[in-house]
Amino acid sequence: MLDILLFTVLPYMAFIVAMVMALYRYRTNSFKFSSLSSEFLENNHLFWGSVPWHYGILVVLSGHLIGFLFPRHVLAFGSIPVRLLIMEVTALIFGLMALFGVCMLIYRRFTHSRIKIVTTGMDIFILVLLVGQVLSGVLIALFYRWGINWYTVSLVPYLKSVLVLSPNLNYVSPLPHLIKYHIVSAILILVFIPFSRFMHFLVVPVHYLWRNWQRVIWNYDRKMIRKRY
Amino acid sequence: MDIRSQISMVFHLDKCIGCHTCSIACKNLWTDRKGAEYMWWNNVETKPGTGYPHKWEDQEEYKGGWVKIGKRVELRGAGKFRGLKNIFHNPHLPVLDDYYEPWTYKYDDLISSPEGNDQPTARPVSLVTGEHIEIKAGPNWDDDLSGSELYAKNDANFAALSKKEQEDMFNLERLVMMYLPRICNHCLNPACAAACPSGAIYKRGEDGVVLINQEQCRAWRMCVTACPYKKTFYNWHTGKSEKCILCYPRIEVGEIPACMHSCVGRIRYLGVLLYDAEKIEKLVHLEDDHLIEGQREAIVDPFDPKVIAAARANGIHDAMIEAAQKSPVYRWVKEWKLALPLHAEYRTLPMLFYVPPLLPIMGNVTEGTYNNKNQTYFTSIEQSRLPIKYLASLFGVGNEGLIRSVLKKLMAVRLHRRSIEVSDMTPEFAEGALREAGLTAREAEEIFKLTSLCTFVERFVIPASHREEAIEMTKMVLDHKGETGFGFLDGPERI
Repeated sequence: MLDILLFTVLPYMAFIVAMVMALYRYRTNSFKFSSLSSEFLENNHLFWGSVPWHYGILVVLSGHLIGFLFPRHVLAFGSIPVRLLIMEVTALIFGLMALFGVCMLIYRRFTHSRIKIVTTGMDIFILVLLVGQVLSGVLIALFYRWGINWYTVSLVPYLKSVLVLSPNLNYVSPLPHLIKYHIVSAILILVFIPFSRFMHFLVVPVHYLWRNWQRVIWNYDRKMIRKRY
Repeated sequence: MDIRSQISMVFHLDKCIGCHTCSIACKNLWTDRKGAEYMWWNNVETKPGTGYPHKWEDQEEYKGGWVKIGKRVELRGAGKFRGLKNIFHNPHLPVLDDYYEPWTYKYDDLISSPEGNDQPTARPVSLVTGEHIEIKAGPNWDDDLSGSELYAKNDANFAALSKKEQEDMFNLERLVMMYLPRICNHCLNPACAAACPSGAIYKRGEDGVVLINQEQCRAWRMCVTACPYKKTFYNWHTGKSEKCILCYPRIEVGEIPACMHSCVGRIRYLGVLLYDAEKIEKLVHLEDDHLIEGQREAIVDPFDPKVIAAARANGIHDAMIEAAQKSPVYRWVKEWKLALPLHAEYRTLPMLFYVPPLLPIMGNVTEGTYNNKNQTYFTSIEQSRLPIKYLASLFGVGNEGLIRSVLKKLMAVRLHRRSIEVSDMTPEFAEGALREAGLTAREAEEIFKLTSLCTFVERFVIPASHREEAIEMTKMVLDHKGETGFGFLDGPERI
């Protein structure tokens, strides 16, 4: 029963809440649609927190994504044990990096008086959520070996079934609790995107790469005025 | 020709008395808010000194501005690759302690403390954390400390001076200082705008004011690094960057920016410059030596019929063109070539210009007699208390000739007036000085008037914003006429 709630109902609710609320907040209060940077108040511990965290989680997340998009290729590539070992070790290293980073970020939030001023309850909550997520991921990597292999055959089909609106519980029900926690926690993170500083990754400035260096804004079409009158 | 208009400024440093009234006017109007307490959009620095934030001119540390590498001009510490690479942690970002921790005093303790044996005191508390702090720095902590080991000695401009010249500046009898009031330069090639990953910073087409869209700013803080003058500030409370807005709400209604209006020494001039935007790209890529000259060339003559026609074709209002013709800034910068940009080597093409100060040694004591007779016209300039090299590092991209020519002109104007007012030298002597400086008597007279006898309306020429024509700018008047009368915020369109 709990499985049905967590793995068939929750993902859709999470997705809908995240989408609707993110759009709503962007349209009504875009002034607040970013996270409050605190580097200006403290930038030393931030380096040891933010940098390992972001690079670690980016690599690990893209690993998950590649596995989801190309399960056959990943499986085939990992069929040679050395390759699989290298992939697993790499993932584990970046996972540990992310874990170290997020712990550093929590430590920083609690130790600097200036940072305490700009810390909200939600900041702490999502940091704890992230520690749980990364820690469970690292533990899974350690105790349920060759995750890259079994992820492609048991979890990817589940995610795909969710995506095509017919969630198949058979894939997830037999999994150990730790892995179930990892999935549910990931869904919770999705829910909290529009309610927390997670929002910043919805506004990642990719368009900067191909925009002009300078922007000039005219209040009116300067050439049209003269033509009209 | 792509003629655009810019509201531009000149600060006459000979007249600055370092009173900080401009800073206070700005502070009261714009930055007396939570998160903005540490910001001084306008500040006055003592030179030699380290300024605000501490050592802002040291681009090895802060990596501000543009830099020419080979043939390419790139942002030194931000930009598409360098900026995004550092987006998780920006090592070049100045932090609160590079400015100072803002504070107030617990004044209430003076009257609400319980009775006791000790006199109650108002202890300083941080405006960030609210905790008691030891005050260690302020926004003008180097004020008047030109001989200081802590501040003046660390001035980044000393890099241009030899060891001997540096030591000379710290001789007790030769100690010298000048004031440098600074606001946002509203550059033609703003590094802050180019560095903003969100594209929140833009230059207003009509008047060239550089603004940060607070709705679009996403707190990546790259503008703070990119601005070599450190005139964009990060508000730690709102998580948005802010900067001098040239008091555009005041300018739009024909009022003068607060810092300029309140200036006690009347050192500030504001007016329109017309420039050719097509030249900017080439200009940015010029060699260091030609930057100032190139910028002068890009500023065009508002009386030239071709320029006027091109400006009109670009939609520049006649009032703007007229203001450009009356602009005091045009005279200082282009006509008389007396006003120079600050640190043009940062390649942002700043549109705030400075008339460098004249700090001559007018006389000296020889064998107990005070001697103030100059042998030649400009002996005193060569013996300037502030080395010309130092001024060149600030205003001339190291080109001493440029500074010398400005100082000669300023000196010649003084000699010219002196020959009239004091009559202790022959008119021929003054004429000779003018000739050598490259000025006519008429020009000298005009410079004198705009320096010393200028009225409010001569110093500030602001074009009318023509709000009565505001609708005509955006749509046909007759269309608009049919739409007004009943107040719908959104039109009554239905599908």
